[in-house]
Amino acid sequence: MNKIVKNAEEAVRDVQDGMTLMLGGFGLCGIPENCISALVQKNVKGLTCISNNAGVDDFGLGLLLQKKQIKKMISSYVGENAEFERQMLSGELEVDLIPQGTLATRCLAAGYGMPVVYTPAGVGTEIAEGKEVRNFDGKDYLMEYAFKADFAIVKAWKGDTHGNLIYKATSRNFNPLMAMAGKITIAEVEELVPAGELDPDQIHTPGIYVHRIFQGTSYEKRIEQRTVRKKS
Amino acid sequence: MLDKNGIAKRIAKELRDGYYVNLGIGIPTLVANYIPSGINVVLQSENGLLGMGPFPYEGEEDPDLINAGKQTITTVPGSVFFDSAMSFGMIRSGKVNLTILGAMEVSENGDIANWKIPGKMVKGMGGAMDLVASAKNIIVAMQHVNKAGESKLLPKCTLPLTGIRCVKKIVTELAVLDVLPEGGFKLLERAPGVSVDEISKATAGKLIIDGEIPEMKLD
Repeated sequence: MNKIVKNAEEAVRDVQDGMTLMLGGFGLCGIPENCISALVQKNVKGLTCISNNAGVDDFGLGLLLQKKQIKKMISSYVGENAEFERQMLSGELEVDLIPQGTLATRCLAAGYGMPVVYTPAGVGTEIAEGKEVRNFDGKDYLMEYAFKADFAIVKAWKGDTHGNLIYKATSRNFNPLMAMAGKITIAEVEELVPAGELDPDQIHTPGIYVHRIFQGTSYEKRIEQRTVRKKS
Repeated sequence: MLDKNGIAKRIAKELRDGYYVNLGIGIPTLVANYIPSGINVVLQSENGLLGMGPFPYEGEEDPDLINAGKQTITTVPGSVFFDSAMSFGMIRSGKVNLTILGAMEVSENGDIANWKIPGKMVKGMGGAMDLVASAKNIIVAMQHVNKAGESKLLPKCTLPLTGIRCVKKIVTELAVLDVLPEGGFKLLERAPGVSVDEISKATAGKLIIDGEIPEMKLD
């Protein structure tokens, strides 16, 4: 078994124009910084990106947007990115906005091998248009399909050589769900350790879901909203 | 008339001991500052945390620890992290007792619009559609009228909906109102110094005024 790749460049080597990618993270928290940079360098185009947010203008997925590498975004909230809003309103960028829980559950369904899920989110709204509605116990639900993605690209705190992953605090977010959902899953980690060093009871993502893993470098971990209180 | 903190303070009086509460962005976030003493509530942040604490002290910010508004935060003893699917699992299955969120419009049958202004502003719904579709109790915190002076309490929403027949209570700078299951905004309390007439003028939807309307008590 060899899942270890040298770096982000090697990890994304076969990402091709027009592919569908899942990228973990919530806002700028827990995003795969190294792989995003490598995708910018590689200059692959026409991507469909499934990610809760679209970064900010000059960081995260915003970097791919700036270079017009993204054809379509599937996200729940994109409010922090002016370039995104401009491309969307002008029609350059296709956008599918979906509820955050639906986004999470469609990843989960893929990772659990289930074709669809039913969720009440969006019943009676414009996102229900064209979707099958089923009533269970007097409440309406929308049928939502499991995502299909060529690659899932996630960021974890620690990982081992078998691809087992542990996340830290709220940087977990969509990462373990997307890790389960890619045809090929790439994990970048802050610290890569030999198999056996992580406590099996503490692992969030079993390595069976992870195909490629590497230790990332120079994480910026930019903070989007720095809010503090004064020591009294 | 209440300022934003006043609205938050009034909503905080709706909290009960043992509640799990989800606070939306904006005024709802301020509710955390006014949790009555003797009451223990656990704040849920839908990006994956139960037990959200106050902002960190300067220099102690952790980029891996943020709330759903992407603000740096802390945790309180007993807190727990989880992934986004479990986060919405606990919302969808009705474990979260109370959801407090902002709105652009609310209709007299409890529909809410807060995610999109066609052609102008499209930020997305984030977790709002999931929250309003499943929460047992939803309180909306918002201004009674928009910047153009138009009522946000309407017979029918004009903006794209976030959810239908879900809002139970509204707290604005002018009033506290219940949204009745059969339709209509039932006026419960007036903000200090605000008359029923002023509230009536600022409410485009059906306003139900039953008897003497008390002024709200904030302390």
